[in-house]
Amino acid sequence: MAELSLSRVRKVYPGGVEAVKDIDIAIPDGALCVLVGPSGCGKSTLLRMIAGLETITEGDCRIGAGRVNDLDPSDRDIAMVFQNYALYPHMTVYDNMAYGLRNRGTPKDEIEARVQEAARILEISPFLDRKPRALSGGQRQRVAMGRAIVRKPQVFLFDEPLSNLDAKLRIQMRVEIKKLQRALGVTSVYVTHDQLEAMTLADILVVMSKGHVEQQGSPLDLYEKPASTFVASFIGAPPMNLIPVGAGENGPQATGLTGGRGLAVPAGGATLGVRPEHLMVVAGPVPDDALGITFPVSAVEAVGAETFVYGPIGGSGQEIIARLPGKALLAPGTPVSVAATAEHLHLFDSQTGKRLGP
Amino acid sequence: MTAPLDTPAPKSVRRDWIPHVVIAIGIFITAFPLWVAFVASTLSNPEIAQAPMPLLPGNQAAANYGEALLQGGRSGRILTPPVWEMMFNSTVMALSIAVGKIIISILSAYAVVFFRFPFRMAFFWMIFITLMLPVEVRIVPTIQVITNLNMMNTYAGLTIPLIASATATLLFRQFFLTIPDELVEAAKIDGAGPMKFFRDVVLPLSVTNIAALFVILFLYGWNQYLWPLLIGTDARMQTIVIGMSKMIDSAGGPTDWNMVMATAILALLPPVLVVILMQRWFVKGLVETEK
Repeated sequence: MAELSLSRVRKVYPGGVEAVKDIDIAIPDGALCVLVGPSGCGKSTLLRMIAGLETITEGDCRIGAGRVNDLDPSDRDIAMVFQNYALYPHMTVYDNMAYGLRNRGTPKDEIEARVQEAARILEISPFLDRKPRALSGGQRQRVAMGRAIVRKPQVFLFDEPLSNLDAKLRIQMRVEIKKLQRALGVTSVYVTHDQLEAMTLADILVVMSKGHVEQQGSPLDLYEKPASTFVASFIGAPPMNLIPVGAGENGPQATGLTGGRGLAVPAGGATLGVRPEHLMVVAGPVPDDALGITFPVSAVEAVGAETFVYGPIGGSGQEIIARLPGKALLAPGTPVSVAATAEHLHLFDSQTGKRLGP
Repeated sequence: MTAPLDTPAPKSVRRDWIPHVVIAIGIFITAFPLWVAFVASTLSNPEIAQAPMPLLPGNQAAANYGEALLQGGRSGRILTPPVWEMMFNSTVMALSIAVGKIIISILSAYAVVFFRFPFRMAFFWMIFITLMLPVEVRIVPTIQVITNLNMMNTYAGLTIPLIASATATLLFRQFFLTIPDELVEAAKIDGAGPMKFFRDVVLPLSVTNIAALFVILFLYGWNQYLWPLLIGTDARMQTIVIGMSKMIDSAGGPTDWNMVMATAILALLPPVLVVILMQRWFVKGLVETEK
């Protein structure tokens, strides 16, 4: 096993398009790093650069001690799981898993042992003689994982491996991938656009946007202290409420807002962030340092365990969402007052979107 | 073929009679000349000359086919070699053209689709443009080249100029384009180099396409007329299509029509056999894409 490090890695396409800008990521041995971001943010390109399927324009990619920039994909000691599985359609499940080993000249009985072992772990032993076409989506996914496991690589690379599965199977496989990765202890890089998948799987979460890293760290760090409005709105569902505020005497100033003393809003205004789940219904006045918001309810979504309440705030008409526990009995049209305590408030620069303060 | 009149036919059968009649007429139009050719090949020459010619097989079949196969046709002063020799020539030509075309075009399509080299698309278009230049158009310069290379009256001269095929290249290219990029990448990670990927993945996936093309190209090669006519000046190099036409005396002398018809029926057999044997693959290759 090995650690994986990227230092000042860039990708510039021949047309001059810079797909990946100056990225530094260090993944310790055995950790699972999730690259997440909207489509076109460069996360897949970065993964393919690690795999050796795309060239690295500048910077170093190291697996263990060795620099692998100039190695062929097959020499990098990596295994990749593709979004559409990329199984060889004319080969049986067994041959699909054995192919890479045969190309490496692994002895026959060794191949047999490894394939049987992987099939046992992934519970696909009954299907070893079948062609991929005769398998369901989830089974194909397992075969694709098996093909990666039998190689016993230094690094696993996952390129949105679950996005072709239905919702239920996706959750099930997500848990299994996590368990498997833990059990095998193989350093992994996992690309997804699904923030929930990212949060649940990651040891290190890297949020990317437009080719650069917006923020990296543990998933909860990113959740609690997003470095920018981009991360704030990308991590967490529903996304963080971002409210433009002016600088008032005692803190943020906006119609419908009260309190918030202690927030140092710059003279030019700022963006105030508060997560929907941190808003609680209050009756009466809110403490000075807490933030109170009063808005007319425009829509209520009750999903049983919790209720999402929507409504426009102040004069701007911007919609905010509150995520209330249980069944909140609110009728559309009636005003509601919610509040969030001081530690749950975030302030961002209104121009750059960067986090202000701690 | 026809529904019994006294029992009430199901609705669908009654509605279907028009297509059946059309099909029957089609079959008759296609099959009747073949039947006449077959009947003529079993008659003696004077019997054929009668008007009207009998439409039931005669008793000369063994004699006619034996003579055609082993001794060759004779009409006026022109002598054609035995049919088995010409069939052998035709088989060599058709097989070489079919196999050669498949090998050349699958390799060139592989290069055009899976490799990034300078002027890749330019090469593709060059290959594509040759579609506009069939043998007939470039026949004079090609003959010149073959003569200069001393390839007249050789199997090489007979087949090589017909082997390059833009159509087959195009077909393979279109099929290769449907192979997902991820499959190529998975193979790269699995340590399969270009030729290994070709042998282990591309070739097995192309089997049905190859079979379908083989049928088409075998027929194309077998039915070649103009090129073997010019290249095979020696009677020993004649293909059966050429030989058959030479049996008919264009100078107006007597023609052994029973010989000609026996030869025609024999000439028909190998292509029919190929089609029948390969039919399953052929249809599969045209309708099914296995991915």
